[in-house]
Amino acid sequence: MAATEQTIDQVRELTEGKYKYGFFTDIESEMAPKGLSEDIVRFISAKKGEPDWLLDWRLRAYRHWLTMAEPDWGKLHYPPIDYQDAYYYAAPKVKEKPKSLDEVDPELLKTYEKLGIPLKEQAILAGVEGAGDMPAVAVDAVFDSVSVATTFKKKLEEKGIIFCSISEAIQTHPELVRQYLGTVVPYSDNYFATLNSAVFTDGSFVYIPKGVRCPMELSTYFRINAKNTGQFERTLIIADEGSYVSYLEGCTAPQRDENQLHAAVVELVALNDATIKYSTVQNWYPGDENGKGGIYNFVTKRAACRGKNSKVSWTQVETGSAITWKYPSCILQGDNSVGEFYSVAITNNMQQADTGTKMIHIGKNTRSTIVSKGISAGKAQNTYRGLVRILPKAEGARNYTQCDSLLIGDKCGAHTVPYIESKNRSARIEHEATTAKISEDQLFYCRQRGLAEEDAVSLIVNGFCKEVLKELPMEFAVEAQKLVAISLEGSVG
Amino acid sequence: MPLIEIKNLHASVDGKEILKGIDLTIDAGEVHAIMGPNGSGKSTLSYVLAGRDGYEVTDGSVTFAGVDLLALEPEERAAAGLFLAFQYPVEIPGVSNTTFLKEALNAIRKTRGEPALDAMQFLKLIRAKAKDLSMTDEMIKRAVNVGFSGGEKKRNEALQMAVLQPKLAILDETDSGLDIDALRIVAEGVNALRSPERAMLVITHYQRLLDYIVPDVVHVLAHGRIQRTGGKELALELEAKGYAEFGADEAA
Repeated sequence: MAATEQTIDQVRELTEGKYKYGFFTDIESEMAPKGLSEDIVRFISAKKGEPDWLLDWRLRAYRHWLTMAEPDWGKLHYPPIDYQDAYYYAAPKVKEKPKSLDEVDPELLKTYEKLGIPLKEQAILAGVEGAGDMPAVAVDAVFDSVSVATTFKKKLEEKGIIFCSISEAIQTHPELVRQYLGTVVPYSDNYFATLNSAVFTDGSFVYIPKGVRCPMELSTYFRINAKNTGQFERTLIIADEGSYVSYLEGCTAPQRDENQLHAAVVELVALNDATIKYSTVQNWYPGDENGKGGIYNFVTKRAACRGKNSKVSWTQVETGSAITWKYPSCILQGDNSVGEFYSVAITNNMQQADTGTKMIHIGKNTRSTIVSKGISAGKAQNTYRGLVRILPKAEGARNYTQCDSLLIGDKCGAHTVPYIESKNRSARIEHEATTAKISEDQLFYCRQRGLAEEDAVSLIVNGFCKEVLKELPMEFAVEAQKLVAISLEGSVG
Repeated sequence: MPLIEIKNLHASVDGKEILKGIDLTIDAGEVHAIMGPNGSGKSTLSYVLAGRDGYEVTDGSVTFAGVDLLALEPEERAAAGLFLAFQYPVEIPGVSNTTFLKEALNAIRKTRGEPALDAMQFLKLIRAKAKDLSMTDEMIKRAVNVGFSGGEKKRNEALQMAVLQPKLAILDETDSGLDIDALRIVAEGVNALRSPERAMLVITHYQRLLDYIVPDVVHVLAHGRIQRTGGKELALELEAKGYAEFGADEAA
């Protein structure tokens, strides 16, 4: 069928569908019924007023998804997910929002306090009713001030930087979105990415024009708008020739969500001489001590270093979620392009993480660095899984991989699964791996100097993670250190 | 009132009794040395006083600065003013000396109800103390004991002691692994901390260290008990005669 015909058909289907399916008649409705079907996909697209090409893309993804099977190669154990038992658009609130901070779980507030999060931000994070709409009170506190956010926005506009939600970008810059969406992670890529392509609701869009160095961490701005991140996020960042951007996703504060399943997709495109630094702090609810109620986090993050001398650096601190399945990767296409992956993954109690990276060397003299620090406590299982692939034309490619695991207690596990494939004889690949336990000697030494046992553990673990934490933007590094401590509470003694 | 009073202290490791009734009293301002053959219980005594796991006190009491020392956690003992200079200082990769000591000092200050030092105040303090021990800025920035030579590790222990200003410093075989120059630097650092408010317990196998840190009282520990107590001349006597008179298990 010709493309135009197909589109006409789809438009007809969509308009006629209104009569065929009850809920379609009420386009103002804020929610779609439970379950996943073509109609739900159409509903989402229609709600967002998307162009036909995007609906078509979503539908192709959905149809492809139906033919796929959930991957089972991760070292993860969880009960089967019932995809029909979930809401894919605007899930109704199950319980009422707390009216004030007094009604919020004191445990949660304690954690916020330890992280040093300002009161107003605590209210937003805890989902206190109306908290996000409150007028800004403290103008000096960067994170708190709407006026500061506005200033930022103006500054970005002056530079020609586009930074908005992807829904907004689809309306305002459809040509850019269409040019790049799905070019790094195709809709057929993998089970979870394909699901995301069909039903993604929102996410961020960034475009840095040629030669522009983004004057600020996009984190500060993002964080203010982070209260409704959603279940199926889709983020697209394009750094045009010679540009630079540092982007920070997530939040150190523990985040609860009524949706157990999260499947985000992040695509990064770096053109000639462009650099993207992408930092993540993931602290979704890990579940209780028995792992009950935690988030399942299946994320596809991939960067295309398309241009010569382009560079993408992923830094992640993963402390949350019951299940983490995540491999931020770099396709090193441009000659002399550089990929980096710095990761700290902490699992405690019943948490399971299967995380790592893929470095695909295509261009000449491409270089990649992988530094992974896995910390496992309680009954948790922590797996590093990484692929380094050198293709035949990647003359002079180099990779350095360092995987360190730290065990706390004797009921947890650490696993390292490196895959190395080299098709070019000039490539140099180095892999180092260590596994250690926090020794009784170290703990006693610290305690003899006056540190309480938990503070000693936190100090030792922070030391262990130092190489990665120092890659984080300054403003986040301090919080991340505290987060490391909090994640391991109750892991000793 | 004595600074520390140890009465009839019995302690076991893995069910084996090592200390078999130690009686020892040290007043503020005094430096005591404990000498003894290998396996006599010298290091066990230092670990028991510092509260290490696995060292079980089966009888006796220890009163330190008026409190029941044995009831305290190791970190509480540190806050109360007890410091142990380790025979084998432990490495902590990725944690700088400065960070480690700042955290430790502020934890102790917090327990004592004193305000924490900020980064600048602390840096000033540690730099001054490091200078006294001929330690460079580079050394205090390095990770705790990582890549340090034997002598540097012991100097680092002396630095920690100088920063934490304990009431009682226990020096466990501080001379082991030191050449004569390193020994002198460390001893000078320790001597600089001698004061009427502070006591020291110097544990050593050899008399050599006591040429540099001259004790007021010398005890001989063998078979889990203090066998003899005397002045600094006792150390010289032991150096000449060895521990044979105490039925030493030296050969073991």
